[in-house]
Amino acid sequence: MTAAPAPRLLAAAPARPRRRTALVLSGAAVALVLSALAGVWVGALPLPPGAVLATLADRALSPLGVDVPGGLEGTGAAVLLQLRLPRVALAALVGAGLAVSGAAYQGVFRNPLADPYLLGAAAGAGLGATLVIAHVPATPLGPVGLVPLAAFAGALLGVGAALLLGTAAGGSHSATLLLAGVAVASFLAAAQTLVQQQNTDDLRAVYGWLLGQLGRAQWSDVVLVLPYLGAACLVLLLCGRALDVLAVGDDEARSLGVHPGRLRLLVVVAASLATASAVAVSGLIGFVGLVVPHVVRRLVGGSHARVLPVSLLAGGAFLVLADLVARVALAPAELPIGVVTAFVGAPFFAGLLWAGARRR
Amino acid sequence: MSGARVEVVGLSAAHGRSRVLDDVRLDVGPGGWTAVIGPNGSGKTTLLRAVLGAHPHGGQVRVDGVPTTAVPRRERARTLAYAPQRPVVPEGVSTAEYVGLGRTPHRALLAAPRPADRQVVADVMARLELTGLADRAVATLSGGEQQRAVLARALAQQPRVLLLDEPTSALDLGHAQQVLDLVDRLRRQDGLTVLSTLHDLTLAGQYADRLALLSGGRVVAEGTPAQVLTAEALAGHYGARAQVVTGPHGPAVLPLRAPGHDRG
Ligand SMILES: Nc1ncnc2c1ncn2[C@@H]1O[C@H](COP(=O)(O)OP(=O)(O)OP(=O)(O)O)[C@@H](O)[C@H]1O
Ligand SMILES: [Mg+2]
Repeated sequence: MTAAPAPRLLAAAPARPRRRTALVLSGAAVALVLSALAGVWVGALPLPPGAVLATLADRALSPLGVDVPGGLEGTGAAVLLQLRLPRVALAALVGAGLAVSGAAYQGVFRNPLADPYLLGAAAGAGLGATLVIAHVPATPLGPVGLVPLAAFAGALLGVGAALLLGTAAGGSHSATLLLAGVAVASFLAAAQTLVQQQNTDDLRAVYGWLLGQLGRAQWSDVVLVLPYLGAACLVLLLCGRALDVLAVGDDEARSLGVHPGRLRLLVVVAASLATASAVAVSGLIGFVGLVVPHVVRRLVGGSHARVLPVSLLAGGAFLVLADLVARVALAPAELPIGVVTAFVGAPFFAGLLWAGARRR
Repeated sequence: MSGARVEVVGLSAAHGRSRVLDDVRLDVGPGGWTAVIGPNGSGKTTLLRAVLGAHPHGGQVRVDGVPTTAVPRRERARTLAYAPQRPVVPEGVSTAEYVGLGRTPHRALLAAPRPADRQVVADVMARLELTGLADRAVATLSGGEQQRAVLARALAQQPRVLLLDEPTSALDLGHAQQVLDLVDRLRRQDGLTVLSTLHDLTLAGQYADRLALLSGGRVVAEGTPAQVLTAEALAGHYGARAQVVTGPHGPAVLPLRAPGHDRG
C-alpha cells in the first residue's frame, strides 16, 4: 500500500468530525471578527471598538433615517473609514485567499509542502512588478497603479506557462506539473534578479514590494480584487468534496466519477487566480498559504470539505493580526508584513511540528 | 440492483512502447465471477484498469452491450467499482469518511452525505468488521484492515460490476475467506458481477466460477477452474511445480519442492 507523500506533517482524523468542525468553524469566524476589531482599534490614533461599531451602525442605518449616537467624528471617522477599515478588509481578503489557495494546492498535488506560490505565481508577479518599478516612471494609471496590474499579469503568465509546459510534458500528472512549475519559477526568478541587478537604484522599491505591504491599502484595492478573489474562493470551496475524492488517487477518483485532470486544472486555475489577485495588491506575503492550512488540518482533520472553509476564515484572521503586529512592533515605523508572517509563523510552525512529533 | 454482463472484445493496451495486452477477449455473465490469473507482470492490473477506463486501450469494453466509453462518467461510476492492488491512502481521513467516498457517484458532487448514504456505509462497514475502526484515521490501519476498507468503499458504491485487483493480497487466511465469502454472497444475492485478479490460485479455483489465464499479454486459457488449473498450465506459464488436487468446491493447488532435496 502506498501512502500519500510526506505524511508526517498531517494530523490524524478527529473523532466526531461534524461537531468538531462546526465548533472550529464558528471559532474561526469569531477570531476573524475579533481580530478585525483589534486591527481597527490599534494604531497611532486608538479607535475603541464601541465607537467603531457605533460609527458603522450609524453609517449603515442613516439611509433609513436612524441616528446611532456615540460614533466617531472628524479625524477619527476619517482614519477609520479611509485608512483602518480598507486596510483590515484587504488584509482579511488577502489572508483568506492565500490560505484557501494553499490548502487547495496541497490537496491537488497531494503534497503538504505545496503553497500557492509554487507554480510560478510568485516569481511571475515578482518579475512583472520589478519590470514596472524599474522601467516605468512612477505614474499611477487611474486609481489602479501599474505595479498591481503587472504583478497580476505576471502571476497568471507564470502559472500559465507552468501549466502549458506540464501538460505538454506529461498530461495531467501532478508530479510533472509540479516540476514544470519549479522550472518556470526558477527561470522567472532569475529574470527578475537580472532586471533588478541592472537597476540597482530601484532596489528599495522592489524589495519593499517583494516583502509584502498593506500600508497603502485603499478601498479601490479592495474593489479591484474582490471580484476575482471572491469568485476564485467560491470555486475552491465548492471543490472541497471533489478534492477529497482526488485524495484517494487518480484511478480511484475516476472510478468514483471524478475526472482527475479536469478537476486539477480547475483547482489550479482558481487558486492561481486568487493568488494573483492577492499578490497584485499586497506583494509577496509568504507563509500564510503554508501554515494556515496545516494548523487547520490539525484541528479538523484532512478532509478538504472541512479544511477549505476553515482556512478561509483562519487565513483572514491570521493576516489581520500579522498586519497589526507589522504596524505596532516598531511604531511609528512599519515592518513589511511578509517579514512578520515569517517571523511569527515560522517558530509557531516549528513548535507545532515539535508538539506533533512528541505526541506520536 | 442486478448484475451486468461484461464483455471485453479485442482489447489491447501498452505501457509506452511495450505492448502489454493483445486481443484480450472476456465474457462475464451477470452474477458471474471471473478471476484473471497469470504470472507477475502478465498484465492483470493493466487489464482491470483498461476495463475501468483508466488506461488507454484499443478494442471495446461493453457493459450490458453498451460500450463504456458511451456512458457518462458518473453513471459509469454507479455501474463499475474498482478496488486497486495498491490503493492511495489519504491522510487525516477517518475510515468512515473513506468508505463514505464510495457514495460520491450517488449524489450531487457538492452535496453532503445524506442519512441514506450513512446507512449504506454503516451496513458495509459492519459486514466487513470495520465498525470498530470507523473513527480511526484510515492511514493508521494495518495493511489488511486498509484492504478491507478499500473493498468497503467499493461496495458502498453499490455497483453492478466489481473490479477487484488482488483483494486478498494483504489478508490472513481467515479474513481472505471472509472477504471472498462476502463477495460471493453479494453476487449470489444481488447478482453482482465480479472481475477480479487473484494470485492465490487455490482461492481463485474455489471462489471464481471461471478463470482466465493471462500470459504474455494474451488469454491462453479460459474456462472453469478445473479446465484452467492444470499442472501442465502451471508449469508452462508460471514455471511452477505443483500438484492440482480436486476439492469439493474446485481444484486446490499444492506447491511441490523440486525433487532431489530430501530433508535430513
Ligand atoms: N506505468 C508503467 N510503465 C511501464 N511499464 C509498466 C507500467 N505499469 C506496468 N508496466 C509493465 O506492464 C506489465 C504488466 O503490468 P501489470 O501491472 O498489469 O502486471 P500484473 O499482471 O498485474 O502483475 P502482478 O501480478 O505483479 O500484479 C509489466 O511488465 C509491467 O512491468
Ligand atoms: Mg497487478
